[in-house]
Amino acid sequence: MIGQSSWDWQPGKRRIQEAAACSSDVVWMEEPVASPDGERLAVVVNLEDAVFGLCVNGELLEETFEKIWGLGFSPDGRMTAIVSREMEWTVAVEGVPWETTFGFVWNLSFSRSGDRIGAAVQQEMSYGVAVDGVPWPELFDNASNFALSADGLHSAAVVQTVSMGAADIEAFQKGCYSIAVDAKAWDRSFVNVWSPVFDPEGSRVAAQSRQSLYDYTVVVDGTPWDQTFASVWEPAFHPKSGAVVAPVRSGGKWGMAENGTLVWPARYSQLWHQAFDESGATLAAIAAPSYGRFTVAVNDRPWENSFSVMTDLAMSPDGRHIGALGKEEDDWTVIVDDRPWPGRYDMIYPISVSPDGGHAAVRAERNGRFLIVLDGKEYGETFERAWDPIFNPEGDKVLIRGIQEGTCFRIVAGVEDF
Amino acid sequence: MEATAEKAEEKKYVDAGIQKGLDALTPEKVEKAINRVFRAETGARLKAYEEICVRCGLCADGCHYYLSHEGDPAYAPVGKVKQTLWKLLKKRGRITPEELERVALVAYTECNLCRRCAMYCPLGIDTAYIITVVRRLCHLLGITPRYIQDTAHSHSVTMNQMWVKEDEWIDSLLWQEEEAREEIPTLRIPLDKEGADIMYSVIAPEPKFQPQLIYYAAVILNECGMDWTMPSMPGWDNSDMAMFTGDVELMGRLKRSHFERAQKLRVKRVVMGECGHAFRAVYDVGNRWLGWRDFPVEVVHAIDFYWQMLQEGRLKVKKKFERPVTLHDPCNIVRGRGLHEKARDLVRAFCSNFTEMHPNREHNYCCCAGGGVINCGPPYKKVRVEGNSIKADQLKATGAEVVIAPCHNCHSGLKDIIEAYDVGMELSFFSEIIYECMEKPNAVEG
Repeated sequence: MIGQSSWDWQPGKRRIQEAAACSSDVVWMEEPVASPDGERLAVVVNLEDAVFGLCVNGELLEETFEKIWGLGFSPDGRMTAIVSREMEWTVAVEGVPWETTFGFVWNLSFSRSGDRIGAAVQQEMSYGVAVDGVPWPELFDNASNFALSADGLHSAAVVQTVSMGAADIEAFQKGCYSIAVDAKAWDRSFVNVWSPVFDPEGSRVAAQSRQSLYDYTVVVDGTPWDQTFASVWEPAFHPKSGAVVAPVRSGGKWGMAENGTLVWPARYSQLWHQAFDESGATLAAIAAPSYGRFTVAVNDRPWENSFSVMTDLAMSPDGRHIGALGKEEDDWTVIVDDRPWPGRYDMIYPISVSPDGGHAAVRAERNGRFLIVLDGKEYGETFERAWDPIFNPEGDKVLIRGIQEGTCFRIVAGVEDF
Repeated sequence: MEATAEKAEEKKYVDAGIQKGLDALTPEKVEKAINRVFRAETGARLKAYEEICVRCGLCADGCHYYLSHEGDPAYAPVGKVKQTLWKLLKKRGRITPEELERVALVAYTECNLCRRCAMYCPLGIDTAYIITVVRRLCHLLGITPRYIQDTAHSHSVTMNQMWVKEDEWIDSLLWQEEEAREEIPTLRIPLDKEGADIMYSVIAPEPKFQPQLIYYAAVILNECGMDWTMPSMPGWDNSDMAMFTGDVELMGRLKRSHFERAQKLRVKRVVMGECGHAFRAVYDVGNRWLGWRDFPVEVVHAIDFYWQMLQEGRLKVKKKFERPVTLHDPCNIVRGRGLHEKARDLVRAFCSNFTEMHPNREHNYCCCAGGGVINCGPPYKKVRVEGNSIKADQLKATGAEVVIAPCHNCHSGLKDIIEAYDVGMELSFFSEIIYECMEKPNAVEG
């Protein structure tokens, strides 16, 4: 989140809004969404047949639409939604639609600071990306897997570069797909290419690729690695050296390759969701050292604790603390630095790590009620609905946003309050 | 047990998917692929099957192809193994292109992987597993029928089997939501609702050709008061033809997409529409290839879900479906998952005139279009229709007017059987009958 330093971090509990209230008569309303700072509660409301509006803190915004979906907030706190009038779609920011409209809009994405908003767009059955309402100058027969760079200045997507007839498997296998960055496709096309990833500066792009039906590799700025593998997963850039690492399958097992060379031997039954710390010294990933047992591997050293399911790797910026969610039977728990928290939950949401890396917090669900848990200790109040906890810049307070008995509250709690 | 000369004479269609691969093969390539599959990718199970088979032929009566071809041994499961696995093991790189073509045709178009024969083998040999291994080899050799290969290509690009583009999928959901609101004004198809209890997933033919099935499911889910969602992004299609082409790497990619979409939405369970092979891909095959012993998110087939709703009193019967019905037991959810009694509970709850077909439950005859066979396309329609006259006889004997088939591939296969043999029967999914007969408290009158 952005701008936390300017938020109200005065400890205490403050009422924001009745969750089901709106200044106008509504037929029905959807689920409310809280802003990152917890000061606003937004909801899509149905006003009459095919007329929808946005209600923020109980006040209906002026603009109405025939359809609205994808309501949310950008990291800098602007309310966004995908809206339609007269069969044309666009993005509404704070209820005001972009001037440009499209045949369809989906997959809203934000720059890290939230100052740029991107979306996948279709215009007259051609496909591409629009950022802040400005579409790519060139659109394609198809575009998917849209990604925005961290600074929002660049966008990329998988694009179809060659038209194919129905069931034309010969043309397909010659390669009809590539990555377009800012509307310009790479020179080479591939049988498949998936999920472009930007480097931290937004200047380079890597993606998974299939060179033939059998040979997988990673393509960086249009150039494939020299080596191919039985499969690969999403690549990631080393934050300092710019090297590209990706899980690769070889000999029936998974290992980690850097620029095409195995740096973690292929010994895992599964290996994915790798991430570096800010220095690049620590590389961690979700891994299955044995069949059916998942854990976290840090620099190729698996933790001792393992689970039947493991997700949502999170790391402190300095790499000293690493967390993930583990599931056994129907119970989820949080594991930080190979130590499981004591609580078991029906569901846990992604881990928030304090800026200094000293604390971890999650939103969890148990028996239909939501809780906020910090370092394994539960906050004393529960909620009908809640959003992920957010730390203050100093890392000693947590913003809790939740609905109790139909009313949305924002609570600022000290880490000692848990 | 070789294919008869007459059949060879009929085989005039040149499948570009198979022929292209054959043209590029060398004995060395074949040998290499055989070694990879039989030495590196398979183990004791295949070896045991190969060694313990006593060639007794008791599997023969388990196969609808065999029964429909007057006992032609070429169609007995053991006959298919002889024409494929045993031939490959015996000839290895010396196998001729003509023989390899026959291997591919047997594996892809003359076996539905239904596993009925496995129940009749006194030694418990699962011929479907053997044929799956043969398909894997065919995939590595590049000799996969064109149309199912195209389906796999679609999967690889779009993560769905029908080349449905990202916007087309969402638009289909919004369209069905709008349509359904004519009947139930408050109905929603909630997109990307984080933390919903259920993610409802379908196979791509629904948005492409049968969007009314999404409508029916939405009505049922809404009127049962469920907290549910559908994803706007890929991962919504639970089907997996890559599992049937032998492209296990792509299969894993598809299943990862499906499960990770559910995990990202934080749903407690995935409820799947009425599809059999997709259920197999999710609960048995794809999940395990990815390293999970079980599924990482609970998966519930539509039959199981409707049954639960009925037991909990959320799904209420307003009127009975009066026309005579029978029930087809799909292989992947009955032999594979044991949902046959729950299916019958549903039939009896909603239908007043139910006649069993015989044999039934896990002994039911296959529809002959599952296992990827229908995806091999129009060139092989004759093969599968001729390969299932026994099914037509079975259907006719019920005297029913409607056959409920809770599986998409079964629907497609049975449709062709019904037409070809003039069975005079209509097909229905459970959702269609439930939608028609359930109480809808939020619907507008009239």
